[in-house]
Amino acid sequence: MDKKIRILMAKPGLDGHDRGIKVVARALRDAGMEVVYTGLHQTPEQIVEAAIQEDVDAMGLSILSGAHMALFPKIIDLLKNNNAEDILVTGGGIIPKEDIEELKKIGVSAIFGPGTPTTEIIKYIEENVKN
Amino acid sequence: MFEKDKLEELKKEKKEWEEGSLKKVLDKFAERKDEFMSISDAPIERLYTPEEVEGLDYSEKIGYPGQFPFTRGVQPTMYRGRLWTMRQYAGFGSAEDTNKRYKYLLDQGQTGLSVAFDLPTQMGYDSDHQMALGEVGKCGVSISSLKDMETLFDGIPLDKVSTSMTINSTAAILLAMYIAVAEKQGVTPDKITGTIQNDLLKEYIARGTYIFPPAPSMRIVTDIFDYCSKNVPRWNTISISGYHIREAGSTAAQELAFTLANGMTYVDSAIKKGLDVDKFAPRLSFFFNSHNDFFEEIAKFRAARRIWAKIMTEKFGAKNPKSMMLRFHTQTAGCSLTAQQPYNNIIRTTLEALSAVLGGTQSLHTNSMDEAFALPSEESVKVALRTQQVIGFESGVANTIDPLAGSYFIEAMTDKIEKEVLEYFDKIEALGGVLTALERGFFHKEIADASYRYQKEVEAAEKIVVGVNKFTTGEETQMNLLKVDPGVQKKQEDQIKALKDERDNKKVEELLEGIEQAAKGDENLIPYITEAVKEYATLGEICDILRDVFGEYKEQTVF
Repeated sequence: MDKKIRILMAKPGLDGHDRGIKVVARALRDAGMEVVYTGLHQTPEQIVEAAIQEDVDAMGLSILSGAHMALFPKIIDLLKNNNAEDILVTGGGIIPKEDIEELKKIGVSAIFGPGTPTTEIIKYIEENVKN
Repeated sequence: MFEKDKLEELKKEKKEWEEGSLKKVLDKFAERKDEFMSISDAPIERLYTPEEVEGLDYSEKIGYPGQFPFTRGVQPTMYRGRLWTMRQYAGFGSAEDTNKRYKYLLDQGQTGLSVAFDLPTQMGYDSDHQMALGEVGKCGVSISSLKDMETLFDGIPLDKVSTSMTINSTAAILLAMYIAVAEKQGVTPDKITGTIQNDLLKEYIARGTYIFPPAPSMRIVTDIFDYCSKNVPRWNTISISGYHIREAGSTAAQELAFTLANGMTYVDSAIKKGLDVDKFAPRLSFFFNSHNDFFEEIAKFRAARRIWAKIMTEKFGAKNPKSMMLRFHTQTAGCSLTAQQPYNNIIRTTLEALSAVLGGTQSLHTNSMDEAFALPSEESVKVALRTQQVIGFESGVANTIDPLAGSYFIEAMTDKIEKEVLEYFDKIEALGGVLTALERGFFHKEIADASYRYQKEVEAAEKIVVGVNKFTTGEETQMNLLKVDPGVQKKQEDQIKALKDERDNKKVEELLEGIEQAAKGDENLIPYITEAVKEYATLGEICDILRDVFGEYKEQTVF
């Protein structure tokens, strides 16, 4: 039997909008993944530490406050410094198109914007997690 | 509302219609769906007739504007006297940037200000704190000290405009700064008008910018009620908010039920502290979402007024009619905006704004078409403001009061929402009240279930979102988005450093010490905070002290 995918869902920064991340977390759980949700107001350090401790395969970061260009790169750097760059990093929120391109260049695998069906996110993670 | 004989006759006629004309058509053509539901999944009947409102007593349930139970509105003349306040929520970057936007909005005919603060300001961190990384000036204006507040309102006469501030955990500090700025303009505290959101309960339930645990938060809220009733009598001391509960995914009835339950908790707590209900209750205000189910929202607003009036009289013994009136601000539903085909958002916002007006709102924010991408540009916020102006000045809907009253559908829906809300009150009470229900994750679970159900319905195309799951084109619309100056954080950091060099640090330390002592005891905190901000103690310094004394809240993660 295949090992279940483990994913950390996290809210970096001070943003309190958690409707999206909770819906996605539940959809991933319903799709058979093991989901850990950090809750609000996490620093990049806390998120990377949780990801390593929980031994996750993937990460879903959600930011709607506009702080993504400061916080996503920091998380990517910390993962590299901790030899954890094999964790698939995805994100979502209110993120303008040109920022998505930048984020992809530095190693964020995918950004899911408003209106993305949860089925698309599930499929993406299932297909892209390195086994 | 109908005589018994007449009603019997009508029921007979309806039955004939159902068995005759209606059946004939249904036999040949099925309706579009088996069941018609509101966006909140409330079933909607094919036709509403006098039968559905047969028990409705006009005087008791509907009445007259400006009179108990206020179903038709809180003022006797409503929009014939004065249109609602057109108040666009705005703030970004530095205080200078936002000051320019305010002057632009006032020039465009906006009638009140509404301040959006950035998250560090809302969470009690100065711009140079490590938790502020990347957040400074992003979803609102950055305010760390009175200096910033002076810049924010530079050239704006605070005796002429009313200002609403979306600020909760740090509301006491920002209000103290506002009072200080007004005083510097020569405007005394009894002359200023406006609102602070100051609704901590919904922060735990849905919005997430809480700092302290519930007990000290409730204390600060009631300290503010008390202080303002004596010193800032025209200020709305709280805006009890359903907006964020709805944005988090609740239904219309949940939004109303949880908000009014929170409202009761504040009233109860203030009364327990010894405040006279008729002294503070007239300054309570509310804030609701206007979502895109047109009639359901109108019914929700009407039900809100009726329920609150009854609560205030029956439960809390209010005698002053102003204590019974539910006055509210409305914002159109941010969560109804789509990133796909963003121009469609103008139409959604128009319909939602119209609901709010037909529901009798006191002030209104209309969202801009580009808000699924970023904070609104000047161009798109202008369209949003013009939307309100077209409704107010062209459409004619403001010519008569509560024009949909007496509609069989609207009245039946108003009743139904009221009933559902009262059922939620019973559930919350059975759990031991709002605070215990919160501890048990009741609200989070209810909201998460509703929002997940909605998402599933959208993905199954049982609920249609134009441009998202139907009428899709795949094309991308280019928009000129607002870019917040990335240099703001550095600029703010430098300013704080300069401020700390030039102020009287010994004095600041003494005043901070005073706040600490007051926080540990049970004296009203507000006068201490007011003194400290005047000497340029920063927001972060004051909050650090309070964090030490009160501790920090840790949420439960229910999904």
